[in-house]
Amino acid sequence: MLWACILLPQLAMDGVQRHRASPDEPLVLLTGSPQRRVLQAVNPAARVLGLKPGQSLTAAQALTRGFATAEYDLAAIERWQQFLAAWAYGFSAQVSLHYPRCLLLEVQSSLGLFGPWPRFEARLRAELSALAFQHRIAVAPNPAAARVLVNIGDGLMASDERMLKQMLDPLPVDRLGLSATLTTAFNRMGLRQLRQLLALPRDSLAKRFPAEVLRHLDTLSGRRPLALDFFMPADVFDTRIELNFEVESHQALLFPLRRLTADLAAYLACRDSGVQRFTQHLEHRAGADTQIQVGLLSAERDPGMLFELTRGRLEHQQLPAPVLAVRLEARELPTFAPQHQQLFDERPQQNQPWEQLRERLRARLGDDALHGLGARADHRPEHAWQNEPANPLLPPCGPRPGWLLSEPQPLREASLRILSGPERIESGWWDGEDVRRDYYVVQTRAGQRGWAYRPVGSAGPLLLHGWFA
Amino acid sequence: MSSVVALDRLIDARRVWRGQVVSSPSGANFSTGHHFLDAVLPGGGWPTAALSEILTTAPGIGELSLLWPTLASLTVSGERVVLISPPHLPYPQAWIHAGVDLRQLSIIQANGRDALWAAEQCLRSGSCGAVLSWLRQADDRSLRRLQVAAATGQTLAFVYRPQAEAANPSPAALRLVLDSQPAQLRVIKCRGGLPPAQPLAFAWH
Repeated sequence: MLWACILLPQLAMDGVQRHRASPDEPLVLLTGSPQRRVLQAVNPAARVLGLKPGQSLTAAQALTRGFATAEYDLAAIERWQQFLAAWAYGFSAQVSLHYPRCLLLEVQSSLGLFGPWPRFEARLRAELSALAFQHRIAVAPNPAAARVLVNIGDGLMASDERMLKQMLDPLPVDRLGLSATLTTAFNRMGLRQLRQLLALPRDSLAKRFPAEVLRHLDTLSGRRPLALDFFMPADVFDTRIELNFEVESHQALLFPLRRLTADLAAYLACRDSGVQRFTQHLEHRAGADTQIQVGLLSAERDPGMLFELTRGRLEHQQLPAPVLAVRLEARELPTFAPQHQQLFDERPQQNQPWEQLRERLRARLGDDALHGLGARADHRPEHAWQNEPANPLLPPCGPRPGWLLSEPQPLREASLRILSGPERIESGWWDGEDVRRDYYVVQTRAGQRGWAYRPVGSAGPLLLHGWFA
Repeated sequence: MSSVVALDRLIDARRVWRGQVVSSPSGANFSTGHHFLDAVLPGGGWPTAALSEILTTAPGIGELSLLWPTLASLTVSGERVVLISPPHLPYPQAWIHAGVDLRQLSIIQANGRDALWAAEQCLRSGSCGAVLSWLRQADDRSLRRLQVAAATGQTLAFVYRPQAEAANPSPAALRLVLDSQPAQLRVIKCRGGLPPAQPLAFAWH
């Protein structure tokens, strides 16, 4: 087996920064009590200003004022780790969060699907970069060794035990991941490299040091398997972005929404499912969230399309109050069946399939703005159609006009010429909307051809009900 | 050498007006289904991937019959036809009778700018065979947008407009006026050819 370890050195910082439109601005993350705030993490731009992790906030503010601050949020780190585990689950069935800020993936079994390791690795890196997470990757025959390798450098690969031994042997003892007291003890004894430790007789090592040492060395060499808890993807997607100021315009919500929909799409791709209905929550300082439902006719997971639809719905929404946070919640995640694509498109420039166009139109114009047309086997004109495409067996009937007026209108014209008729339509006694009418095809003076009726037994003016167009 | 080829191609595509009817129709155009009309249109049919304008005075004078053969052959071959803001409800029985496959027909109800936006989206997507729109107000700029969208998506575009607009210039590739009294069809503009001098008798019923 081959294990890849993806180290996320800046998880907290990345998590905060990916929600900001300008990553080049100085930003620090703070921890500690309100009396003594300490810089926990700083981004490169802040480092240039002379800010360092471990500084107190007062010291930092004495240096400069031109930096933004955010809370170092442990819960957020946990959430991002879960999110990235779900992402990694798309590449491997065995994903573990055994080590903090690390993803362990079993990659050997995935090589058949994602190509040889260099190509696979490039894809992992590209997707992580697109999701805006800094990362380091190393591969080794066992997970513990992969974790140690990723400490030494980025992109290292030990494809078998022999190679792993060559890479691990010169490793300084303080890089092994042993406790500080043990490392100091080894150093004081002149044992500075792993090679020297391994050269010692096992029983003397076991006698002189805690059992932990031998256990750790065996795990590194692969003699002792590491017990891992494997990640199981969650069944719902629920991600929230807190905005760092009160947002009153739609425009300013688009950036976080683009992130959220891209995250949703990444999550769906890993679960191999789609989404048919999800909710945007816009959180306000007081009062209930504004909820915007986004419903699709079929399951989808294309990030661009999800964003377009979300945006379309959002733009129709009046914001009752400034927005403090945006949340995206998807609970119905049906399986996704990709559209059947024809090998040769008849239309060379066909770039958007009808299903996608239809969703776009519905998102902007509303659900009811787009409909089909279907016939119903009913003689009454107002019951002869429906909004759903259907083509039942229609009873034979006389000529029918191409246009039907939604409301019949009185035809007040003296020189009306009756071309044919009457055709009596008498129906509907069973549902209380019975109709008894005599229909005529008429021609107006202007040359228009209409379809008009008069209720049976009435002598009033003809009522126009359609145009033969 | 290349410039000669390019000029030939331009003439073939009827992008260059030579003051005479193109003698050999390329056959690339889409037949209107009306022989008398095909006979006078350059290329023998609707200009493909372009905007055609139909100018009418009133409903009920054959404005649908003019397009029904086209819509029927498009829908039967599986192409989608979209109606944008039609003035009335299409009567399904009549459309079925005209040979239109209703499963391929979609109707969009929208007003003003939304209608124009929807028309442009449908044309540009390339997933529709024909897009018919009834535009209450459309200026030269919006028609030009539709013309570009139709060319991008390689789609037949039809707009119905009031006959009073005939006096205003339009970027459409083809402009037809439908008269009711007497029932006749006038071609007032056709790209790549001379419009026929005589109106065409249009016996639609």
